[in-house]
Amino acid sequence: MKRVGVFVCHCGINIASTVDVSRVVEDLHDYPGIAYIQDYKYMCSDPGQNLLKEAIKSEKLDAVVIAACSPTLHENTFRLAVQTVGMNPYNCEIANIREQCSWVHKDRTVATEKAKRIIRAVVEKALLDESLEPIKVPVVRKAVVLGGGIAGIQAALNIANSDYEVILVEKQSSIGGRMAQLSETFPTLDCSQCILTPKMVDVAQHPKIRLLTYAELADVSGFVGNFKVKIRQKARYVDWDKCTGCGLCIEKCPQKVASEFDQGLGKRKAIFTPFAQAVPNKPVIDCDNCTYFKTGKCRVCEKLCPFEAINFVETDTYIEEEVGAIVVATGYDVYPVLNMGEYGSGKIPDVVDGLTFERLLSSSGPTGGEVRRPSDGKIPKEIVFIKCVGSRDPEHHFPYCSKICCMYTTKHAMLYKHRVPDGQPYIFYMDVRAGGKGYEEFYQRAQDEDKVLFLRGKVSKLYQDDDKVVVCGIDTLSGSNVEIRADLVVLAMAIRPSKGIEELAKLLKISIDQNGFLTEAHPKLRPVESLSAGIYLAGCAQAPKDIPDTVAQATATAAMVANLFAKEYLLHDPIITGVDEELCSGCGLCVAVCPYDARKTNREKGLVEVNEVLCEACGACAAACPSGAAQQRNFTDEQLNRMVRAILTT
Amino acid sequence: MTKPKVAFYWCASCGGCEEAVVDLAEDILKVVDAVDIVLWPVAMDFKKSDIEALADGSIAVSFINGAVRTSEQAEWVGLLRRKSGLVVAFGACAHLGGIPGLANLSSLRQLFETVYRNVPSVNNPDNLFPKTVSRVPEGELELPEMHSEVRALDQVIEVDYYLPGCAPPPALIMDAITAILSGNLPAKGSVLAPDKSLCDSCPRKDSKPDKLKITAIKRISLMSIPEDKCFLAEGIVCLGPATRSGCGERCISANMPCRGCFGPTRAVHDQGAKFLSGLSSQFDSEDEREIEAFAESVIDPAGLFYMFSLASSLGVKFHDPL
Repeated sequence: MKRVGVFVCHCGINIASTVDVSRVVEDLHDYPGIAYIQDYKYMCSDPGQNLLKEAIKSEKLDAVVIAACSPTLHENTFRLAVQTVGMNPYNCEIANIREQCSWVHKDRTVATEKAKRIIRAVVEKALLDESLEPIKVPVVRKAVVLGGGIAGIQAALNIANSDYEVILVEKQSSIGGRMAQLSETFPTLDCSQCILTPKMVDVAQHPKIRLLTYAELADVSGFVGNFKVKIRQKARYVDWDKCTGCGLCIEKCPQKVASEFDQGLGKRKAIFTPFAQAVPNKPVIDCDNCTYFKTGKCRVCEKLCPFEAINFVETDTYIEEEVGAIVVATGYDVYPVLNMGEYGSGKIPDVVDGLTFERLLSSSGPTGGEVRRPSDGKIPKEIVFIKCVGSRDPEHHFPYCSKICCMYTTKHAMLYKHRVPDGQPYIFYMDVRAGGKGYEEFYQRAQDEDKVLFLRGKVSKLYQDDDKVVVCGIDTLSGSNVEIRADLVVLAMAIRPSKGIEELAKLLKISIDQNGFLTEAHPKLRPVESLSAGIYLAGCAQAPKDIPDTVAQATATAAMVANLFAKEYLLHDPIITGVDEELCSGCGLCVAVCPYDARKTNREKGLVEVNEVLCEACGACAAACPSGAAQQRNFTDEQLNRMVRAILTT
Repeated sequence: MTKPKVAFYWCASCGGCEEAVVDLAEDILKVVDAVDIVLWPVAMDFKKSDIEALADGSIAVSFINGAVRTSEQAEWVGLLRRKSGLVVAFGACAHLGGIPGLANLSSLRQLFETVYRNVPSVNNPDNLFPKTVSRVPEGELELPEMHSEVRALDQVIEVDYYLPGCAPPPALIMDAITAILSGNLPAKGSVLAPDKSLCDSCPRKDSKPDKLKITAIKRISLMSIPEDKCFLAEGIVCLGPATRSGCGERCISANMPCRGCFGPTRAVHDQGAKFLSGLSSQFDSEDEREIEAFAESVIDPAGLFYMFSLASSLGVKFHDPL
């Protein structure tokens, strides 16, 4: 039988005040299986750890049980300590007599008895624990970044600058994302495109980055360090190897369509690049709107293209790649105005969302940067901005704060005032949240210098009256009803994760939270990791955030990826659930319950096989296995049985 | 050279295990040739005193079938244990408690009241129940005492080997006898059948989907059963995944699902619980009400999942409330 040593910690008075530690030591002294037992005031201290090491050597212990705090605190501490004297760390077990005993009881007699039983149970486990070695997994040092907005661009550049290969996948034909649509950025009022486009060009020119635009993730399998991704390259109907981006086809295309990039305000052609600074600056054919695809006639672009790059018979193709890490940076959409009945359900032309207003402010936008309202092109003299539309409204829409609206609305009002000095901007707000470097000062500037009027209150209704939009609101600070006959109303719509996030999350086996955003592994301490190892999150796909936060988070994902790729092997916890081939009949009940796809039936052998690296030791298969062939290492049925008996026996 | 002595004995059993021995057909002659049968109540006449007279350990092997419920059975198996080199628990009842073990769901008093009073065919106006001692004009009559619960053989005496099944198939019996006579035996305590569960040898295993997802439990009495489909995939409870193989798939071939008579594999303590855990994890729903309805659709869970193994399960033992 193994020689098990037990070390009971007082944890100062944390344990000792409720558990009679000397009594525990005395009563367990003769427990079969305990070869040595001792107590100490602080086991985790240096003297405590030394005492543990000395006892392992002098008492020739094969395993130890530390009766102390939760294993989440010091399991690692003690496992490292026993390793220094040659003990396999998996022979070091923690009996939690603090969180699960002394802290939750008042009665000293009861707590002492319970502590004894907890220790006995863990001794029973330790007696049957096996020595285990971590499972080594090689790492493919190439990453895929999903989404080519500022988050994806930043992540890709940083990973590539660490000398690792990156595949950047973007569903539009150009990278740039939402940031490319913005006019100027708060609080410095830099031109968004001016700071973004150099980075877009860096991506295109970086030797370590493979850019796949007009593409999306079709399938993924594998696990951290060894993912297999399948990417669908959508048919562009333009051979980009031949195309030089001369733009002749775009110029001559007879079919005009509302431009998505300009939020429907401007027009684009059926063969198009989303905006002038697109990267890659090569067009695709929108087959839903192309005259040839719709009527079988036209082919103007084909006839005129000097490089014979047009290919109407192109089809979707698939690219398969092995990667070690995945960064999800799929960004956001704005909640459609359509959902706001009280604000006209999107039917009042001069009620627009914030992103549309960005296009009206942008010098490359449909109005060349002049603020002209959509209905008649007039310059609005009275303009109303409404914040928290859809956000902070748990009863009707979403409970969360979209975070960026306070600042961009302030910026909108400010930029409007710069363009239309005799105009009057009003902002209806619930609160002003200006927490960020230079943000509060920016907000003050809008009031002091640009005379933006802030009205604290909600707007109950908007309606069209002649060529005005009547805004019925309340100013809660003065307690008076406010009615403004505005020329244009801008709604700060809630930020939503971009369309298709559920399918993507399902594909990647990562979770989404109650509001639809991707869930990070820990809200404070692991904010850029998903719960699936090797998959990282950046930007608004995880939560609404502004550009500085997005860039910081994206940089952090790159650091995580570089951290992962710095190692030759990954070490996977050997506590996994295997298959006893002598017992397994290949019934496959475990296969259906495995949430990680770690188990597969090999029909030829009549066995289930386990991919140890995928196994996260949840134990679902061990519970489902009716023949006892699936046993979790160091948590075998035999061990659990003995533990239960040790706890139940008086 | 004297032939090895062999005993056959029966306890709480149906007689099927005796039939199984007779089912050896011509092979029984080989057995009779090779051994000296010292006890076989179903076929020959022996007295208890004959056995008591034998030297301890002088019987090479005793095959004992049936569960242990009475003082007489306990006494007999104790006697045979003393006189035998090897004891083999023969058949599901000796191995696991068997179908008689389901009586452990009721107290002795409940059983007596059902059997001797409440069953419609019983006419017992004087409320007479079996007693260990009855006085009649001729004197005192004695009956063995009924124990409060049914026990598998190894809950009463030490058992060397187990021959599983209800009843054990002739091939397995012959293999066991051959192994014993030749001394070519596995570790003590082994079940003399393959360690894999029945899916391993099931003729329908190819029809099982890779991922089993059960949406409802079906009852075989209320449906026509496909002849070539995995029962579980059809929503029919089949204990095959939780049951040791070696039976020759007799039930499956007769288009009936496995009921578990061979007991669990060596790694499992409680066949019913293990199967239940496996089955419930296959139910394809996350909706609590659906799950509840699924659980309630099993009319007799104890009888279904513990048909043969209740007495030897980890479960609570039932005692007479009085």
